[in-house]
Amino acid sequence: MDVFFYIAGVVAIVSTIMAISGRNAIHSLLYLILSLLAISVIFYLLSAPFIAALEVIIYAGAIMVLFIFVTMMLNIGLERETEKKWLKPRMWIIPSILAAVLLVNLIFALKSVQTIPSDKEAILPKQVGISLFSTYLLGVEIAAILLMAGVIGAYHLGSQKKKVKHRFLEIK
Amino acid sequence: MLTVPVETQILFAGIIFFLGLIGLLVRRNMIFMLMSIEIMFNSAGLVFIIAGTHWKQPDGQVMFIFILAVTAVEVSIALALILQVYHHFKTLDSDAVNNLKDQN
Repeated sequence: MDVFFYIAGVVAIVSTIMAISGRNAIHSLLYLILSLLAISVIFYLLSAPFIAALEVIIYAGAIMVLFIFVTMMLNIGLERETEKKWLKPRMWIIPSILAAVLLVNLIFALKSVQTIPSDKEAILPKQVGISLFSTYLLGVEIAAILLMAGVIGAYHLGSQKKKVKHRFLEIK
Repeated sequence: MLTVPVETQILFAGIIFFLGLIGLLVRRNMIFMLMSIEIMFNSAGLVFIIAGTHWKQPDGQVMFIFILAVTAVEVSIALALILQVYHHFKTLDSDAVNNLKDQN
């Protein structure tokens, strides 16, 4: 089982690197979908099959389709030349060093912490559902309100102001 | 079952998180910045799942479902904002949107 974890991990890391360093937005989004699929394999290996399915359906399915839809709508291919100008190789140095310092910090923190080994059993979706709708019921309702606010906000932001074409109804 | 130590799993999630952080710091195209934020959200959810599996509690998966809802809302709002910015400025450069800056 362990070898699957490492394979999926390497695939996820490499495809994430390709996603953040690519110039073509569609190619980067496809790499990001590959990364999400690899992470969903890891969820499955971590004995969370329900979450693995949700990752594929919602992340790689719905959210990424939204991204690709907007990218196609904006026709980003035309921006590739300017993006080449924005992305100079030396711009990668300082942020990469800073993030690498944080990562080394995390590695040392993980080495110094003692954790208890545990024998793993799968957490069934039934347990998740019971917990979701008993302990976290208030959270579910707040999430519902948040989704409602998101729908209204996206509708408001996405609506374009229509110009009235009729000659008598021209609004200045 | 999986016998990878939990430190290695969290390290993997950390690597993914920092890749997203680097992308957010370096890129100036707003679509790519949003993608990097997605990567970071996802790695945070991965840590929740790892912890939930390690302690054999369903709470980690519940938290991942909440992260999923928050992410969906965030992405839809941010993409609508990006569309509006593109219609106003005809570019996705995040540096173009600096009209609040004092420009005298």
